[in-house]
Amino acid sequence: MRLGLIIISAIFINNFILSQFLGICPFLGVSKKLDTAVGMSVAVTFVMGLASVICWMIQYYILIPFGIGYLQTIAFILVIAGLVQFVEMVIKKTSPTLYQALGIYLPLITTNCAVLGVAILNINKSYNLIESLVNGVGGGLGFALAIVLFAGVRERLDLAPIPKALDGFPIAMIAASLFSIAFLGFSGLFSGLL
Amino acid sequence: MNLWKDFSNGLLKENPTFRLVLGTCPTLAITTAVFNGIGMGIAATAVLVGSNLIISLIKKVVPNEVRIPIYVIVIATFTTIVQMVIKAYSPALDKSLGLYIPLIVVNCIIIARAEAFAAKNPVINSIMDGLGMGLGFTVAITIISAVREVLGAGTFFGMQLFGANFEPALIMILPPGGFLVFGLSIAAFNKIMSLRKV
Repeated sequence: MRLGLIIISAIFINNFILSQFLGICPFLGVSKKLDTAVGMSVAVTFVMGLASVICWMIQYYILIPFGIGYLQTIAFILVIAGLVQFVEMVIKKTSPTLYQALGIYLPLITTNCAVLGVAILNINKSYNLIESLVNGVGGGLGFALAIVLFAGVRERLDLAPIPKALDGFPIAMIAASLFSIAFLGFSGLFSGLL
Repeated sequence: MNLWKDFSNGLLKENPTFRLVLGTCPTLAITTAVFNGIGMGIAATAVLVGSNLIISLIKKVVPNEVRIPIYVIVIATFTTIVQMVIKAYSPALDKSLGLYIPLIVVNCIIIARAEAFAAKNPVINSIMDGLGMGLGFTVAITIISAVREVLGAGTFFGMQLFGANFEPALIMILPPGGFLVFGLSIAAFNKIMSLRKV
């Protein structure tokens, strides 16, 4: 029950992009085309789930027992950078087709604040290992939902006549704002239960 | 003269927020009040100047293949220092910025300047570039947070601006307001810059 609430909350209510503003850079950067958006969100969901688990273990089995909690930021970012590199190598060996599809997006994930953000949030909210995994995957799915929907909108924006000063980022931001209003409708759902 | 050019580059011509559209996450997330905006600006500037300084000093000994991880470690170290300083001296700021202080590590402005400027230029120039970029970022997020705070809460720096009858537009301090104000301010900046050139 609690796990179900966490996953719905991560996808809709506390959507990483539209209500917590984590991962805006890739959201704006790779949402120009639908297929690249799908590729990116698959890679991000995978890394977010994995990073949640590994960072949780690092926090509770290494940082806290040795009393070096202040190294959290450095440890987590190194783990994520290493993880991304590792995932890249594994995918390259095992599935060249998937590698070709995701190729260029994998290194970009290191600087995606949603990944570091979910790792730190799991610790701040004192989730256990399973809850962290669910929150990570749910956050990734929320990211996927937002970016894929948004890519559809942006493909149409390309064809629309837009004033010169608003062209590009500004109009994308305004579209994102309308999206965010729609997602605001989910807030308050289950507010008593979480 | 050259130093001034490096410094002023970040203010207008390559303003990290309005021109390059980097570091968007903190720009949107913490700009609900002017206090937060200035606090985040100063924190990011401190990290940016520190990391530019160190990266410029070590640029000759860093092997090209592993430069990005090394930059990330330098930046993470400065972020941790800033995080501890804020926790010690301004618990209020620490509370309102929360998660976004450690996330300065992944602020793309910092790694972009490390890669594009500090790794190629002398130390003094890198410090000036860091200061200029940091100031440009601070000014930009302060403007955005001022607009959002005045419209969304009816206050400026926590002071009441309007009478008791004023009904603040709450949406401006909610997530949609962040996207809207940011989009419109980039548009305004583009417009002003295009008028200047003529």
